[in-house]
Amino acid sequence: MAITPLSVEDIFDRLKRGKRWDFPGGVHPAEHKTLSNQSEIARVKLADKLYIPLKQHIGVEGELQVSVGQKVLKGQPLTHSAHPFAVPVHASTSGTVVDIAPQVAAHPSGLSELSVVIEPDGIDQWIDLKPLSNYQEMDKAQVVEAICDAGISGLGGAGFPSHIKAQPGKNVEFLVINGVECEPYITSDDRLMREHAWQIRQGIDVLVHLLAPRHVIIAVEDNKPEALDALSVACRDASNYLVCDVATKYPAGGEKQLVQVLTGREVPGQGLPIDVGVIMYNVGTCFAIADAIFSGKPLVERVVTLTGGALNKPHNVWAPLGTPVEHLLSVAEYQPGKQASPRVIMGGPMMGFTVTDARVPVVKITNCLLVPSVDEVRNDNAEQPCIRCSACADACPASLLPQQLYWHSKAAELDKAQDYNLFDCIECGACAYVCPSEIPLVQYYRQAKADIRNQRDEKDKAERAKRRFEARKARLEAEQQAREEKHRKAAEARKQAMQNKDTDKSARVSDAIARAKAKKQQTENVTEPVAETQPKNAAVAAAIARAKAKRAAQTDAEKKPEATVQPSPAHNHESDNDDAESAAQRKQRQIAAAVARAKAKKQQGQDVNKTTPAQHKSDEAGNNEQQSEQDIQRQAESKQQRIAAAVARAKAKKANRQQAQNTSDSDDVTEEKNSQS
Amino acid sequence: MSALNKTLQIRTSPHLTAGYSVDHIMRHVAWALLPTCGFAVFIFGLAALITLIVASLTCVLTEHVLCKQSGKISSVNDYSALVTGLLYGLTLPPGLPVWMVMVGAIIAIALGKFMFGGLGCNIFNPALVGRAFLQAAFPSAMTSWGPAMASERFSSVPSSLLAWPFQAPDYSSWADGVSSATPLALMKFEQQLTQHADLLSGMTTGSYGETCGVLILAGGTYLAIRKMLNWRIPLAIFVSAGTLSAICHYVSPELYPGAIFTLFSGGLMLGAVFMATDMVASPMTSKGVIVYGVLIGVLIVIIRNWGGLPEGVMYAILLANAASPHIDALTQPKVFGSQSKASSEGPE
Repeated sequence: MAITPLSVEDIFDRLKRGKRWDFPGGVHPAEHKTLSNQSEIARVKLADKLYIPLKQHIGVEGELQVSVGQKVLKGQPLTHSAHPFAVPVHASTSGTVVDIAPQVAAHPSGLSELSVVIEPDGIDQWIDLKPLSNYQEMDKAQVVEAICDAGISGLGGAGFPSHIKAQPGKNVEFLVINGVECEPYITSDDRLMREHAWQIRQGIDVLVHLLAPRHVIIAVEDNKPEALDALSVACRDASNYLVCDVATKYPAGGEKQLVQVLTGREVPGQGLPIDVGVIMYNVGTCFAIADAIFSGKPLVERVVTLTGGALNKPHNVWAPLGTPVEHLLSVAEYQPGKQASPRVIMGGPMMGFTVTDARVPVVKITNCLLVPSVDEVRNDNAEQPCIRCSACADACPASLLPQQLYWHSKAAELDKAQDYNLFDCIECGACAYVCPSEIPLVQYYRQAKADIRNQRDEKDKAERAKRRFEARKARLEAEQQAREEKHRKAAEARKQAMQNKDTDKSARVSDAIARAKAKKQQTENVTEPVAETQPKNAAVAAAIARAKAKRAAQTDAEKKPEATVQPSPAHNHESDNDDAESAAQRKQRQIAAAVARAKAKKQQGQDVNKTTPAQHKSDEAGNNEQQSEQDIQRQAESKQQRIAAAVARAKAKKANRQQAQNTSDSDDVTEEKNSQS
Repeated sequence: MSALNKTLQIRTSPHLTAGYSVDHIMRHVAWALLPTCGFAVFIFGLAALITLIVASLTCVLTEHVLCKQSGKISSVNDYSALVTGLLYGLTLPPGLPVWMVMVGAIIAIALGKFMFGGLGCNIFNPALVGRAFLQAAFPSAMTSWGPAMASERFSSVPSSLLAWPFQAPDYSSWADGVSSATPLALMKFEQQLTQHADLLSGMTTGSYGETCGVLILAGGTYLAIRKMLNWRIPLAIFVSAGTLSAICHYVSPELYPGAIFTLFSGGLMLGAVFMATDMVASPMTSKGVIVYGVLIGVLIVIIRNWGGLPEGVMYAILLANAASPHIDALTQPKVFGSQSKASSEGPE
């Protein structure tokens, strides 16, 4: 079907004339609504403990604001977050926080979620409430923030944070208020509409103020005439509000299905209703918004239908969020004898899940607890072969081919399942409901969807790892290039230095010799037998001392600060000695020679360990050393000196390499950590 | 209340079921076949009764034995083998030797159904596979039709029925000693039209269950109302076969029969209502079943009018069965909300 050419006004007129569109497929399960919708929504006495999960909506959980032992008031926020997809949760009553720990969650998996456990004090005292009764004069952002702060997320089932939908950033043609409640057994919205139509209307007014839609459609299934009447009365004076009855067919309350029924527009496969100009809110959400704006009350309780053949007193209750299932069951007088084995369904019989623990709490999306007697629901898992009867395809509201999806999901042919549009499945369960072979079709689809998501995650992870690897490779290459460049420049500098030396040779030569001598003796301790160097010591030392004296005289002023900066102990030694020499030399060359000898001897005696830390200096220091030693090599007179210089150079290089390796290793480690986090 | 813990049942949604089951559907198909079976016994007597019982029992037993052999749980409780047996029996010519009936029934279940993987996996209608085998193996026996409404049909059985295996059947006990001609054969080989009144009332010869179109239609209507039969398939067959034969008849009235004759003669009615609608072997998509039905209708008329055989329902359905996966692939429904799919689809 092509996009309907009807204008917004045409559509609204058509609705006024009582005409509706239809969506494909759908089923008509027995309703069982009268079981629970005959009496008013009742108040229940508080449970002994309330278990409030920090995350009750789609999105992220907020930051914890309370600690164990703290007294909290009713409506006090337990979490806070600046994240746009986070809504806070609140204390459902006043009392004491007795525990903050993972508790079994209201989720089919039965996994635990971090929850705040509150022991009620029985006073049920509210925090200071701050209503925004004059919301129409306020900034829209402020109203939206108030809705967010009240912790309101879609009460219809999906739990989408309501404040996000309140800022669509697009032109809203229809605001649809969903009171369809198409699942059998559930009557919480039905009772709410009957009893609190006016407050729902107030909530709608707030939304109209925020969204400025062209028209408002309030849709209720035609099996709820009382609710239709109540809302019609409440919305009588608003000309662009239209209360519409919708033919009873499951899943007419599905968001995309309802948009189709009311406007004839198909929401794109992976899109949202706003893509066709529609925003949809559940009636319960409207009620909660009115509470938040006009009373300042955050969302701390909701209507829950307690129903099913195994309850003596099926009815609707106002359940504080966090109330454990077992407490509500005792309120409704649970009769275990009417069940083959205990089975409690949270949500409706078509899409609800069985709770895994009696302590599972009521959360914001909990609209029903169904406790069926043994003959009300399917009991055995007698899956038979598919006979290709195509009843599933006829029932599918998304016009999918459930049977093909089933084959491919079962065979784990995930790409083929996606070819058959697996992700357009809304998991309404109509296919499995009609399946004569009692194949749990939806479960196969969920499995396949989870597998596909996992595969995507894996792929993303691999992609990230690849990017990381390539970035690292590029970085190492760049470093390599930088090193080579540095070496090239150093070589050039050396060349330059050599040319300069030719002019002022003697002083530099002796200077170099002196330093080389010291170095050599230092390193010889490690590498060469002492005996080899010993005989020449005396003769050379005298020359060195002379040269040193000369040089010291020239560079005294510069040498001093340098010496104080030098960090390594070996260097300190050297420069200390140098200082001593420079102070003495002018008068007594003999003394200087003696000092030089003494120094040589002393350094000879120095242990191996002393030299090693000297090698572990920073890159630059190493390079300087290297450079000076190369100078020496060119000027060297004796073989031993050359050997010593070579050894020292090798050592310095090795030290350099090690250092480089160490740093790159540690880089890897940090990178690894980053990627893991 | 603490008893609630630990023993809680975990089930996946939906928790409700429409209440149909495979055996439920199959039982209803069997019931819908009962009037046709009754009429077969009425006009062909004990021979029909014996054939139907033998065919059904052989099918059920074969299924049971094969399941046990392959270590599966016996699937005879789903009644699908019974339905196959009944349908198969109804397509056989009166007086067919019992041993041939048994051989065909074994072939139907073993080759037509079990070899493909059992219920839900067969490509062809098993009953027709069995019949096709007999047609190929025993062509003369399969085209020898015992007379309808024989006077001694309730007191004795034709001698051919009890022929020994691999012996030439003895047709001497039949009323005039030779096989009768079906309306289709009369039309094909002698250009002799059968009266419409006889066709509609089923007072002609032919296979056990194919003569009375009205009763077959009644059974089909019952199933269609109960949504256990896809009415689009027979309707598409009727419309396409009727239209095509009407056109042929209009062009050359002496050579080709009209629409009513085409629809109510031979196995068309039985085939269209009970064979072509076999859920397993027919397409899934709502457009696909129309294509499938039209294909069958056209093939029937082509084979009947221009083929060498007087009857073509069996082959038409088997051919369409083979085509149905491809028909499915070509007639994918438009997924809800997919009109702007091309633009909204991500890179994945």
